[in-house]
Amino acid sequence: MSEMTMDTPKGGARTRERVAAGIARRYRSERRFRLFGLVAIVSALAFMALLFVSIVGKGYSAFVQTEIRLPISFDVAVIDPQGLRDPDEMRAANYGKLYRDAIHGLFPGVESRSERRLLNGLVSSGATFEIRDAVFAAPDLIGKTREIWVPASDDVDMLIKGHIDRRLPEHERRMSDKEIAWIDALAADHRIETRLNWRFFSQGDSREPELSGIWGAVVGSFLTMLVTLALSFPLGVATAVYLEEFAPKNRFTDIIEVNINNLAAIPSIVFGLLGLAVFLQFFGLPRSAPVVGGLVLTLMTLPTIIIAARVSLKSVPPSIREAALGLGASKMQMVTNDVLPLAMPGILTGTIIGMGRALGETAPLLMIGMVAFIVDVPGGFSDPATVLPVQIYIWADSAERAFVERTSAAIIVLLSFLIIMNAAAVYLRSKFERRW
Amino acid sequence: METAILRDTMHTLSDTHAPEGEAAPMTAKIEARQTNVHYGDKHALKDVSLDIREGEVTSFIGPSGCGKSTFLRCLNRMNDTIDGCRVSGTVMMDGEDIYDPKIDVVQLRARVGMVFQKPNPFPKSIYDNIAYGPRIHGLAANKDELDEIVLTSLEKAGLLAEVKDRMEAPGTGLSGGQQQRLCIARAIAVSPEVILMDEPCSALDPIATAKIEELIDELRENFTIVIVTHSMQQAARVSQRTAFFHLGELIEVGDTEQIFTNPKHKLTQGYITGRFG
Amino acid sequence: MPFSFLLLVLAGLSVIAYRFGVSRARAVAPGRQAVLHSRPMYHGLYVAIWCGIPALLVAVAWVAMQPILVKGLVMGGLPDAYDALPKARLDLIWNDIRNLALGDVVRADPAPEIQAAAETFRRLYTIGNAALTVLCLIAAPLAARYAVRHVSIDLRARNRVEAAITVFLVASSLVAIFTTVGIVLSLLFESLRFFAKVPVLDFLFGLHWSPQTALRADQVGSSGSFGAVPLFSGTLLISLISMLVAVPVGLMSAIYMSEYAHRKFRAVAKPLLEVLAGIPTVVYGFFAALTVAPFIRRAGEAMGLSVASESALAAGLVMGVMIIPFVSSISDDVINAVPQAMRDGAYALGATKSETIRNVVVPAALPGIVGGVLLAVSRAIGETMIVVMAAGLSANLSFNPLDAVTTVTVQIVTLLTGDQEFDSAKTLAAFALGLVLFCVTLGLNVFALHVVRKYREQYE
Repeated sequence: MSEMTMDTPKGGARTRERVAAGIARRYRSERRFRLFGLVAIVSALAFMALLFVSIVGKGYSAFVQTEIRLPISFDVAVIDPQGLRDPDEMRAANYGKLYRDAIHGLFPGVESRSERRLLNGLVSSGATFEIRDAVFAAPDLIGKTREIWVPASDDVDMLIKGHIDRRLPEHERRMSDKEIAWIDALAADHRIETRLNWRFFSQGDSREPELSGIWGAVVGSFLTMLVTLALSFPLGVATAVYLEEFAPKNRFTDIIEVNINNLAAIPSIVFGLLGLAVFLQFFGLPRSAPVVGGLVLTLMTLPTIIIAARVSLKSVPPSIREAALGLGASKMQMVTNDVLPLAMPGILTGTIIGMGRALGETAPLLMIGMVAFIVDVPGGFSDPATVLPVQIYIWADSAERAFVERTSAAIIVLLSFLIIMNAAAVYLRSKFERRW
Repeated sequence: METAILRDTMHTLSDTHAPEGEAAPMTAKIEARQTNVHYGDKHALKDVSLDIREGEVTSFIGPSGCGKSTFLRCLNRMNDTIDGCRVSGTVMMDGEDIYDPKIDVVQLRARVGMVFQKPNPFPKSIYDNIAYGPRIHGLAANKDELDEIVLTSLEKAGLLAEVKDRMEAPGTGLSGGQQQRLCIARAIAVSPEVILMDEPCSALDPIATAKIEELIDELRENFTIVIVTHSMQQAARVSQRTAFFHLGELIEVGDTEQIFTNPKHKLTQGYITGRFG
Repeated sequence: MPFSFLLLVLAGLSVIAYRFGVSRARAVAPGRQAVLHSRPMYHGLYVAIWCGIPALLVAVAWVAMQPILVKGLVMGGLPDAYDALPKARLDLIWNDIRNLALGDVVRADPAPEIQAAAETFRRLYTIGNAALTVLCLIAAPLAARYAVRHVSIDLRARNRVEAAITVFLVASSLVAIFTTVGIVLSLLFESLRFFAKVPVLDFLFGLHWSPQTALRADQVGSSGSFGAVPLFSGTLLISLISMLVAVPVGLMSAIYMSEYAHRKFRAVAKPLLEVLAGIPTVVYGFFAALTVAPFIRRAGEAMGLSVASESALAAGLVMGVMIIPFVSSISDDVINAVPQAMRDGAYALGATKSETIRNVVVPAALPGIVGGVLLAVSRAIGETMIVVMAAGLSANLSFNPLDAVTTVTVQIVTLLTGDQEFDSAKTLAAFALGLVLFCVTLGLNVFALHVVRKYREQYE
């Protein structure tokens, strides 16, 4: 290159020289900068991968549950001593004795009171109700002996799943050597197995990890979302239609607009405070009820839906509106017959995204008492209920090791719902996206 | 028809290659051969072969969309920044192909400066705008040298008198014409060998335009200048040589006087007499 | 009849009314519908609206007011001795009555007058609900009948229906206003009651926070102290840590995505990054408390540092990750708004890509980026679940990221969950904190949105 410099003006030669001198350093910094960018993205994604791996890794084992097979003899003397077959009497019978007798029968050598209690502890107290339900489902069992699978206690479950370390010295572990020996004996006898944890999907909350399930929370979430959807969708669409199609451009509508933008950025917990002060204290609506949760989430979701709906309405070209008006349609007819149907895919996408956020929301629901410990599956909009994310919060706070896996499993379920909703939104958008 | 155009083009090209017929021998600073540009499926520039002579002002004229700006952007590889743009053929500068993979685009652009259609000062002070190029390329060893470069550049761009009291004011606060001269000063601060100007006056009023044209004339002493313009009068006023583009093809190139008084090609004739364009 | 069922019945009645309206309209102009001012559908809607809406309004108003009326009647019916009791005590009694009546919590041997009151409560509710049902079921058909009679060739049914819809549209857009007004009023009202007990200055500038109020006045520490500065400092510390994570990572991700990344890489990485924004905060909280915090603690101990198990670092770090997609999507918008001409100017001078970005694009986009970061800060300040689960409860005035600190939102949740009486300084304090939170985030948002809008206008 240098042989060329003789014809070029002096400044040009100097520039070439200087630029060439610095170029290596500059490209190094270029590569460094680029690397920083890549590192930023990769580290964010790596964090996400870590989060998913950690949660799935902790949670998948909750979908199975350790159970113990016991030879239960359905003793008439225990279940129905008078032989009247009176359901009320039978319901009150001491079914716990049946499984205790069964397990004592398996270990005849265990005689001291304290050891027997320890032995009983291997079986979940929930076994009582399952044996009772078995009797009610098939009353002809009475007087016979059957092998029945009953849930093991959470400690046994944790040991079988490997969360209790057998190598630790006895005093540092949650289980004594004796208990482990019993469990091993049961296992050798093929009396211990991990089986599909149907309770997790069909039960409400419980103090006992092995009996607790998410069904109550799922139903609570469903009812809450139903209220939210039923209110926020019509209100949101109506507001967007008004602001976009009808509202005069004046101070008043300006205020509404600014207001909506700000509402979208207010911390969700403030909506919880509003719900507590207005819906619970002022209007006296019931605490912990899906209807109140739905109301609070409606107010929170509305801005999202309104903003999405307005964007969608805006993207409908004016030519459609002019064509409708030109044919003699009233403004309302133009909106309902022509504009809204075209904007609907976008509005639905926005609604699904808003509902997804509402489904994962926790903080405002804590304020209105949906954090209570509720065993029953809610049957209506004003029954006390909890929702999935709050259930996750409650379990995350519990001390038992077994709740860790349940929490993770509940998160897996919640995330699955969210993934399905978002996939639906993406599908809607790609299917109906229109370029004008 | 096409062969006719080609023949004419070859004819004019052979003119430039036979400098012995001219009074003063001129070296070609840039030689483009068979340059093609595709934007995706669109063939925007077709087989353009053209020389840019050192120390002269060459103007590109032609109706909009004729490829003159596209060709200009080939000369400092600004087309690289556009997605889906492919350039083929050779563009030699001082005997080196600037599309050779060995050529570094940063070094190339330090040698070939550019001024755009719309003034685009950076959102920085006037001083920092001018000092930007010298700083990134490390042209000044110290603050005094940098001050020197900035002042000379502003002086050369004829802007010094107007801005010397407010060097720290934002460059975006100047008037349109001043902004464009700022951009020219910014380009010459790097001491390039060639300056490309893409319709530098199209966004300016007549008085500002006159100032820029005057400036171009002065800059010719130190730089090789290529200017794209949609105004034939401007081409006639500022350039020594003129190239006429039409639909992505180079129709005719020659001394400005010859192009405007005695065009060889029908299309050129039609364009300069205002029958289309 | 449960309220939701009543609504269903009303909806059903409206559908029937619609059919009536349509057939009536067809009947008044047999075979020559063109003479009708409005199409039969609109007559149907007209009748349906008359049938459903008045009854619905009555029902909603009834349900909203019933609890207030019932409370007045029940409390008024208590023996005179109760009138003299303080308000807080009365509220507790009211709770007992309600629980007794609804059969929620069975308290051991309630006083006979309480039991009687509960009985009244139950009776009033039964009567009220029955009356509402009867009222609705009579009012709806009557109103529909009134409307059907009006159906005629000249009835401007379409205009009336459209007017009704317009009223609905306007009313809907007022909901947003009412929400804001509701928030402001409820926070302000409860906060004023709080400030009647605790002076404003003590709250805003006090250095000691321990909101335990004792049940009896003579207990130790009965007053509780409500100096919120440790909460503010804790909130700031955690927000600062989260910004230190979110801003560089988010900004660099946006830059890489928009300036460097291959189209295919972008198509995969961008939606993946958005997934981070869709993960519920309770999940982040769980992850922070169970995985990140112990990890930081172990790492700190390995380096010989003492780290609290609920360190501000863990909560801030995870919160930062949560905010990354927010920062990156705003930065992406803002960076793309910088005109290409600006980049071209730098490239034409021979700047490398990173020089162009660092010296031209980012400075040009700076106002927008600052606005976006402010919005992100307001998110961090208002974020609740991560800090509730991973930050501490004790109010330490500390700026050491390895200490446990507490935040405004954590305290709001702590003060308001669990059993509580609504009037105590403790619960009211939550509203005062909420008011501070609301004002700060609102201020940040208004300012940030203003900055961003100004920035956009600059390049439009």
